[in-house]
Formats: sequence, structure tokens, C-alpha cells
Amino acid sequence: MYKVGVMGDRDSIYGFAVLGLDTYPVTDREKASETLRQLAESDYAVVYITEALAAELEGEIDRYRAAQLPAIIPIPGVMGNTGMGLRNVKKSVEQAVGSDIIFGSEYE
Amino acid sequence: MSTTQVNPTRMELTRLKRKLTTALRGHKLLKDKRDELMRQFLDLVRINKTLREEVEAAIKAANQNFVLARAGMLDEVLNVALLAPTQRISLEASYQNIMSVDVPKFDIHTRVADAQGIYSYGFAFTSSDLDDSVGALAAVLPELLRLAEVEKSCQLMAAEIEKTRRRVNALEHVMIPRMQEQIKYITMKLDENERSTQIRLMKVKDMMLEEAHHYKERQGA
Repeated sequence: MYKVGVMGDRDSIYGFAVLGLDTYPVTDREKASETLRQLAESDYAVVYITEALAAELEGEIDRYRAAQLPAIIPIPGVMGNTGMGLRNVKKSVEQAVGSDIIFGSEYE
Repeated sequence: MSTTQVNPTRMELTRLKRKLTTALRGHKLLKDKRDELMRQFLDLVRINKTLREEVEAAIKAANQNFVLARAGMLDEVLNVALLAPTQRISLEASYQNIMSVDVPKFDIHTRVADAQGIYSYGFAFTSSDLDDSVGALAAVLPELLRLAEVEKSCQLMAAEIEKTRRRVNALEHVMIPRMQEQIKYITMKLDENERSTQIRLMKVKDMMLEEAHHYKERQGA
């Protein structure tokens, strides 16, 4: 059985606790990368992470890109949507196709 | 001309020819694999895009309500309300094989089956914005998990496509031309050797005839 984790600033992720997801309120970069590593090594299949935090942990997250689990998924926080999630999808397309053929220039 | 030195022998030629057949076959197979992966990937990535847009919109709405709830309630009350969640979610992950890529599939297991059972607090002391927010998040949760599934699949497939594409290109532009070059080189060399042997034999025959009979085969000479 796998668990689902949520990381980010407290305000953005508190709602998820009610749904039964494990929340880890972190904003500090150092602590966040440590938490992420711990979650990835234990039995978490999905880790949602707020875009603001994900932007800081880009290198760490990229390491798990090719791994089967966990899936690390950026979600918008209370600060609003930075378009990072879609940029990530765009990155996948560019990796696979060689150039972006789906998104156009709207998410630069 | 190929940079690597090959022995111009018949054995090497057979070996190279066999290798070339394998390479051509592998190239064709990999190319097919790449095309099919690409087709599936593009479908998946379109789903990913729409799903993400939906989920992001839903989370944004939920967050707005949540901020309102925070503004309208005391911090302590909110903390107490969210302190002990009744709902508990666990996932069962299985794998589905899409063109040799193992993509995860999640099955969601909840402790509380009832949609109303997720509220971990009494409604008396909390603002209705909180209910709205939690309700909206609960509604979007299945999509959120589906997004995780799809997005991970996209990432894995993108990596696999990149790998396959490199292999196809390496075969197409490096391995196969090089082998063809080498085969050509060996064939030419062998032909050349054969011709030179032929000429040598003719010359020897001439010389032997002349020695034995003082006979010149070619009158003009």
C-alpha cells in the first residue's frame, strides 16, 4: 500500500489533510529537500508539491523524473498559478519530440 | 572511408554481413517502436494538458475559499477543525506496460466511503467557506490522482522515446553506413586480390611455356 504526500507552505496544503493525505508543511529549502528525499525513499507513490516550493527544488525533482515512483506533481498554491505545472508537461514533450508541438508559445 | 581498420578477409565479410542484417532489422523494429510510443505519448500528453488545466482551476477555487475561511475564523478554531482527519487515503499501484514502458496505475482506497464523512469537524464553529473548500478539494481528488498517473506516465514515456530515438539515429546514421562502407571495402579488396592472383597466374604460365618450348604465346611480343 502506498501513501500520498503533500508538501508546501502551510496555507496551501492544509485542506489536503482533511482528505486524508499526509501533509508536510515546509517552506525552507534545505528542509524541503530533506523531506522530499525521505518521502521518495519511503512508500509514497505520489507527492504533490506546491509550485513555489517545486521551483526551488527543481534539481531534486528532476532526479525522480526517470524513476517509476514516486510521481512528483506540482500543484498551484495559495499564491496563485505560476504555470510551472504546464511548463513541466511541455518539457516532457520537448524531451520526447525534440521540439514543442502542442503548447505553442503560450506558456513560455 | 571508415575510420576503424577491418581485416579484408572472407570471414570478416560474412561476419559483417550478418551484423548488418541484424542492424537493419533492429533499426526497423526500433523505428516502429518509436513511432508507436510517440503516438501513444501524444495522446497521453493531450490528456495530461487538459487534466492539469482542470485540476489547477479546481485547486485555485478551493484555495480561494480556504483563504476566505482562514480570514473568517480564528486560527485556533481552524487548527482544531483540521487536527484529526477522519479520512485516510492509501493507494495501490499496479503497472501497465505500454510499449515496454511500465507506467503506474493507481487504485485509490479510502477509509471513509461516504462523501459526507470526510468532514472532520462539527459545522457549528467553522465557516461555510471551509466546507466549500474541503468539498471542492474532495471532488477534485480523483482527478488529482489521475493527473499524477498520467503525468508520471508522460515523463517515463518521454524518457523512453528519447532513448529509442537516439538508438534509431545511431543505427541509421552511424552503425549502418559504417558497416556498409566496411563491407564495400572488403569486397573491393577481395576482388582486387583475386584479379591480382589471376594476372600472376597468367604471367607464370607465360614464363613456363617460354622456358619449356621457347614458345611465345603472343605473337606480337
